[in-house]
Amino acid sequence: MVLILIGVLHRQLGGLMADPRLQTWLTVFVSVMVQAVPFLVFGVVLSAVIAVFVPRSIWARALPRHPALAVPVAGVAGVVLPGCECGSVPIAGSLIRRGVTPAAALAFLLAAPAINPIVLTATAVAFPKNPEMVAARAGASLVVAMLMGWLWLRLGRAEWIRLPSRAHLDGLPRMAAFWAACRHDIVHAGGFLVLGAMAAATINVAVPQTFLHELAKHPVLSVLALAVLAVLLSICSEADAFVAASLSQFSLTARLAFLVVGPMVDLKLISMQTGIFGRRFAARFAPATFGLAVLVAAGLGTVIW
Amino acid sequence: MNRGAQALVVMLLGGAVLRATWTDVYLRYVKQGLRPFLIAAGLLLVTTAVMTLIYELRDMHRPADHPDDDDHGHAHGGPVVGWLLLLPAFGLLMIVPPALGADTAARAGSALTSIEDTAYPPLPPGDPAKLTLLEYGYRAVYDSGRTLRDREIQLTGFIATGPDGQPMLARIILACCAADGVPIKIGLRGDVPRLASDTWVQVQGRWIPHTAKDPVNDSDIPYLEVDIWQKISPPAEQYE
Repeated sequence: MVLILIGVLHRQLGGLMADPRLQTWLTVFVSVMVQAVPFLVFGVVLSAVIAVFVPRSIWARALPRHPALAVPVAGVAGVVLPGCECGSVPIAGSLIRRGVTPAAALAFLLAAPAINPIVLTATAVAFPKNPEMVAARAGASLVVAMLMGWLWLRLGRAEWIRLPSRAHLDGLPRMAAFWAACRHDIVHAGGFLVLGAMAAATINVAVPQTFLHELAKHPVLSVLALAVLAVLLSICSEADAFVAASLSQFSLTARLAFLVVGPMVDLKLISMQTGIFGRRFAARFAPATFGLAVLVAAGLGTVIW
Repeated sequence: MNRGAQALVVMLLGGAVLRATWTDVYLRYVKQGLRPFLIAAGLLLVTTAVMTLIYELRDMHRPADHPDDDDHGHAHGGPVVGWLLLLPAFGLLMIVPPALGADTAARAGSALTSIEDTAYPPLPPGDPAKLTLLEYGYRAVYDSGRTLRDREIQLTGFIATGPDGQPMLARIILACCAADGVPIKIGLRGDVPRLASDTWVQVQGRWIPHTAKDPVNDSDIPYLEVDIWQKISPPAEQYE
């Protein structure tokens, strides 16, 4: 029965597939997912380890007691997580569950995908003529992450974050709790990742590149244009430097904005943050991060170049 | 979405990823270096699904203390979104979309945008010299073809329609996954292979001092004077 259904579907889809644009859409969608799956799975496993095996008391000892000091420490700690942004969302959720102050967990969430060694190495490879881009990217990303953490301390409200109710892990045996946490986060964060990947593939196919070319001529608009493009394209932070390098008709400042915004705010991240932290959180956090990232990148870019 | 359904979806996704890495299918979407991570992730997904099923079966025999970890109370439609994971799974198992090709080459600007003047080392001895499209492009545009003169060059790529409506040779360059794919385009003169778009060819020819501008992003498109060409089947690694 299922096989017949699959066979019929296959035939139908085969006809649809003839359209080259739809084919490109599918290729991009599947490839964003294939690229993201390892990072999602490792992020989920790490967050399950945090949730089940790492005792709560560790965070109290590792992070400074004062939240305002915990923010920069957590931001810099992002260096140790080699990966892209899909993995850091469930990890940040897990940290908050385990009692880490949300401001510090959010600083970690924003900093980790941008300042880890793999991403910075990729940036250095992509910009052989502008090694200062690496420092600018790391510096600007760290500053934005810390400012967002402190902003959360000032203005954030705990009730904006609504972590999805999940397994009462504490009552379960450890291994059962571990696999329950893995399963829950994969289905949850993964589902939202699919939404984000579909949006990113649509943008990839639909945005005409000639339009971008026109925008590159305006100094202010070009920064905004690349910042928005970073949000829409949702490229993995390990690859975005190469895309930025290829956007060479744009100023270095505009490309820095692309590199700072991309790992912090993009369609698949917004989608995943909505899934993990709730809609009210994402609706406030994403625009604030975007604005701050554009300002910091534009400011730093103006000073350097 | 109950636990059984979640296990099924996760199992399908893990299986799809593993199957794609078992063959060369994954190379249509990502770089070769990701393979070990994909295999590890696929195995973890399958294990998660199996463990979920085991606990599910165990709990079925003890309905009294069924841990209420399913997401019944989700006001914001939480785990329903999990069904979406079926899409990439089916995409990988049934549709298996092809690698990026002529459609991307037509819509996106070519890769030779930066202004560099680097001196390139001479080509290895022996004609024809096999080059990647990107290397040919660099040498032709940024080194004014200095190292290409008086040499027979062999290039491999697919046929795409150029801005002038003529067939050109193209290939897609990936940094990470197909979402960041950028085409590199080489214009053709001489014995131009007039074939359908996305047909793979191996061409042999000589550098000529002619470049055109890609209207999409003002990048340079160098040219090759084709002497001979032959149709080939697409390589396993279609990206440069």
